Order: sequence, then structure tokens, then C-alpha cells
Amino acid sequence: MPGQPAAQTRPWLLFSLLPVAGAILVLVALGSIAFGAADINIQDVLASFSHFDAKDTGHLIIQTLRLPRALTAILVGAALGVAGAIMQGLTRNPLADPGLLGIEAGATLAVVSGIFLFKISALPVYALFAFVGGTLTVLAVYALSAMGRGGVTPYKLTIVGAALTALLASLTTTILLFDQRSLEEVRFWLAGSVAGRSMELVTQSLPFILGGLALALIFGRQITTLSLGEDVARGLGQNVGWIKAISAVIVVVLAGGAVALAGPIGFIGLVVPHMVRMFTGVDYRWTLPYAALVGASLLVLSDLVGRVLVRPLEMPVGIMTAAIGGPVFIYLVRSKIKR
Amino acid sequence: MSLLQTQDLSLGYGPLAIIEALSLAAPSGQITALIGPNGCGKSTVLRGMARLLRPRQGSVLLDGRAIHSLPTKQMARELGILPQAPTAPEGISVRELVAQGRYPHQAWFQQWSQADEQALQTALDLTHLQPLAERAVDTLSGGQRQRAWIAMALAQETNILLLDEPTTYLDLAHQLEILNLLADLNQQGKTIIMVLHDLNLAAAYADRLVALREGQIFAQGSPAEVLTEETVEQVFGIKSRIVPHPVTGLPLCLPLSQRVPA
Repeated sequence: MPGQPAAQTRPWLLFSLLPVAGAILVLVALGSIAFGAADINIQDVLASFSHFDAKDTGHLIIQTLRLPRALTAILVGAALGVAGAIMQGLTRNPLADPGLLGIEAGATLAVVSGIFLFKISALPVYALFAFVGGTLTVLAVYALSAMGRGGVTPYKLTIVGAALTALLASLTTTILLFDQRSLEEVRFWLAGSVAGRSMELVTQSLPFILGGLALALIFGRQITTLSLGEDVARGLGQNVGWIKAISAVIVVVLAGGAVALAGPIGFIGLVVPHMVRMFTGVDYRWTLPYAALVGASLLVLSDLVGRVLVRPLEMPVGIMTAAIGGPVFIYLVRSKIKR
Repeated sequence: MSLLQTQDLSLGYGPLAIIEALSLAAPSGQITALIGPNGCGKSTVLRGMARLLRPRQGSVLLDGRAIHSLPTKQMARELGILPQAPTAPEGISVRELVAQGRYPHQAWFQQWSQADEQALQTALDLTHLQPLAERAVDTLSGGQRQRAWIAMALAQETNILLLDEPTTYLDLAHQLEILNLLADLNQQGKTIIMVLHDLNLAAAYADRLVALREGQIFAQGSPAEVLTEETVEQVFGIKSRIVPHPVTGLPLCLPLSQRVPA
């Protein structure tokens, strides 16, 4: 066997690169605000922050379209990266992502049935339905997994999550097949997008996502210990039930908040934790902050590329993350299988 | 010294009762091995004693205190546990894994202390893992990997170590490597309680054997007292001959196979 060293980086290096990762995020976010369908020069971009003029179209575009868009991408990317990392650690399943617990399928069904039954049509209402639907689905997955011998195990969560996802997805398809209007209404939401979110919606979801991120960072060490397995963590004196419950709350708030804001966006929650762990190793005190920064940067960048590529049209960011994340994911799977 | 014992302990999963009213004491400073056929409840008893399983009735006592009613972190400073065939997260280094053993000694935002580093180094020394400290656990051989897990439990600095089949999946040389390590630790004062499959290894390494059958203690005592032809037949349902080990004189169980050479 080759003498392969563990992915171990000195804490001071991890610590000093954190501001670098933060700076990269700020740069891509500025890029996302500066570039778009309309050409607005950088002086105007800066002026819209310092001397906002409501009569200037450029200023309006920056402040009401591009800034909320960049903030949405940052929040959603960070939330998905962190939620995915926690799920992969606790289910000990490297392919886990927020979709695994049925959050996205539940959110989608809630939005589609909301449109079909209650004729909802505004994004903030979609967000509410998505959040409630996602949360209810996770609770159902948890309750079903808790039945039978041994209580909730990662294995049962995976199976129940996959089964429920399939069930909910087929219900969604059924509604969309029977009701053309729902399909028209929801098509763009289904692709996942960070465009067109109002500043109000962003500020409404801000406390949820920031709260989830803060909890995740606080519980990083506990999550690392739990990732060794429940019996080991219990043997080390951890109150496993309590840490599992908190982790579940974090994942629901983050993934539910993300899907509420942007619709289902794939691959960020799956790929980002793997990218980050190559560098940070398995200590979640480091994995989680980096997953937040890298996830946010990747989503902002995907959105930016989606706008620049087919300018003046736009590619929904959910399609861009699939285009970028798919190949990365295949690479990850192949390199893991080789070992 | 610390004495771990069960008092009228009943354990089970869901509606299934596995152990009923079992009373058992593991003398301190000794190696106690639980033996018995598959499904006799030996792992369940160990899990109960390791507080991985809540008692339905009765209690597990450490120096007279019921371990299930004490704070779990405090118990983790007194009882070290190695579950059966644990798997390490991919890419975790030996050092990182062993450092996790310090969990019960650390408060919420406490930094890695001098005492933590000391315990980590001692655990690596005792298990001869210093040269492998930076290696990823999943790249090690089975025996090295098991030593890394034992090192994690050692970093916990407990008087008692409970192990559930620490030699599963290991070849004979690695089984001996692990059992020799445990014997060394016992020499230095650790009380060891473990589940073992192999009767002859159990007789060679344990001071005390506890033979279980259908959730009950069938026999307990020194290897010579427990490992008899009658007990083997009653507990495992097989015929055997017990002969003294030619070198150590300890009992050796030779099962009688159906196949007799012509």
C-alpha cells in the first residue's frame, strides 16, 4: 500500500486562508454586480452605493436587480454547501446532499400544489410554500425512519428519503401533466434561479440562513465527533440524540431556506463539501466555514457565467451548476473508486 | 480501583428481550472475556455495560454508581469503549482520530491543551503508531487500523476499556498483535472487558471467562474452570476435547469434527 498521507493541513494555514476565500467571494460578488445585460460602468456601480439616485436607471438596476441577485446567490450557495457537508458527515454517505432527505422534492410538490390548488403566483409565496413543504418532508422522512428496530440510522434515512422523493416527484409530475397552467407558471422556478428575487425576500430569509450558518459553525466540533459513528460518539461522552436533532434543524433551515429563495439547485450541496474536504480534511470546524465560502463563490460564479455565456439572454443558475457540477462529480466518483 | 458490574440487568431491542436479570462483575485490573455462540447476547451485555444500550430493568454500576444516570461526559472519562468494527471517515489521519479521544476532557470552546497533547502522544507511543501518525486511517492495514481505534480509546485516559470483538476481520498474526497490546495495557493497570469469538485466544489472554448461553451466564471463572468439555458442549452444542496447551499449560479446546481420517 502506498504511503499516502492524510489530507492534513496545518491549522495556521487553514486559518490564514480563510480571509483569502472571503476575499475571493467578495471579488466574484462584485463581478456579478458589475456585469449584466445592461452595460453600466464601474463608476456608476460604485456611485449607486454611495450616492444612490432613484432616477438613474443604472443605479436602479444595480440596487434592485443585481445586488439582491448576488446576495441571493451568496446565501443560497453558502446554505447548500454547509447543509451538504453536514449531511455527508452524519449519514456517512459521500453522495448525500440536501435532496437526499426529500427537501427539494417536498418543496417542489408544495409549490406546484400551491399553484394548482390556491393559484399562488408570487415568488415570496412560493418561498413560504417551499419552506413548509421541505420541512414537512424532512419530518416525515425522520418519523418513518424512526420506526422499527434501531431507531433512525443513516441507512434508513437514505432509503426512506429516496422512496419519499420518488413518491413526491411522481405526484408533482401528475399535477403538472394535468394542469398546463401550473407547468407554465412553475417552469422557471423548477430550474432553480437566483434572478428576480426582491431585496425584501432576501432580508426575510437572511435571519434563517445566517442563524443556520452560525449554529453550524458553533457545533462544528460536535459534528466532527458524531461523524465517527454514533456508538463511538456516545462512547466519547457525546449526547448523540441532542447533536443529531440540532444538526437536523440546521440542515432543514439551511436547505429549506435555500430552496425557498432559489428553487431546487443541484450539485452545490453535493460537490462543494468534497472540494473543501480535499483541502481541510474531516475536521468540521474548518470544513463548514470553507464550505460556506466556497459554496457561495461557486454559485455566484455559476450565475455570472450563465449570464455572460448567452448574453443578452440568461441561463438559469440551476442549469449552470449542473453543467459545472456534473463533470466535477463524475471526476470525484472515479477518483474515489480507483482507491 | 474501579469495579464495573451489572445488577439484575435486562436488555433488549424493541419488543425483543435479549438479556434478563443478569448479574455480572468484572474485577478491576483483570481481563474479562465474554464468550458464547452467536446470538447468545454477549455483545448486547457489553453494549449495556458500555452504556450504548439503556437497561430495561436493573442497572450497571461503576463503583456502586449507576452509569446510566450519570452525565455521559463524566462516564466517558471513566469508561472507554470500542464498538465492533468501527469505520473511520474517509481521509481522517491517525492523529486526528486519536485526538477525538480527548472529547470528554474538553469543554465547549476550549483549545487543545498541553494535557491533551500529552495524552495523544502517550496513546500513539503505547500503540506504536508514532511513525504512522500522519497517515490516513483508511490506507492502513486492518491491524494498524484497529490499533488506531484503540489509541483513540486510550487517549480518553479511562481506567476501564470495553471492546466488542476487537479482533474481527483480522488474520491470526494481527489478532495476536491486538491481544498482546491489550495484555500490555492490562499490565499497566487497565481493566479490560471484551467480547471474543475465539475460545483458545480468550483462554490464553483473559484472567476470567464468562460463558453466556441464551442471555444467561452459564459459567464464569478462570479459563481452567470455564473451558471444559461439558461447558463447550452445553454452550456451543459441539463435542470437543480440552487439552493443556503444550507450552503454557492453559486449556486448549479442540473441536471434534465429523470427519475422521481413515
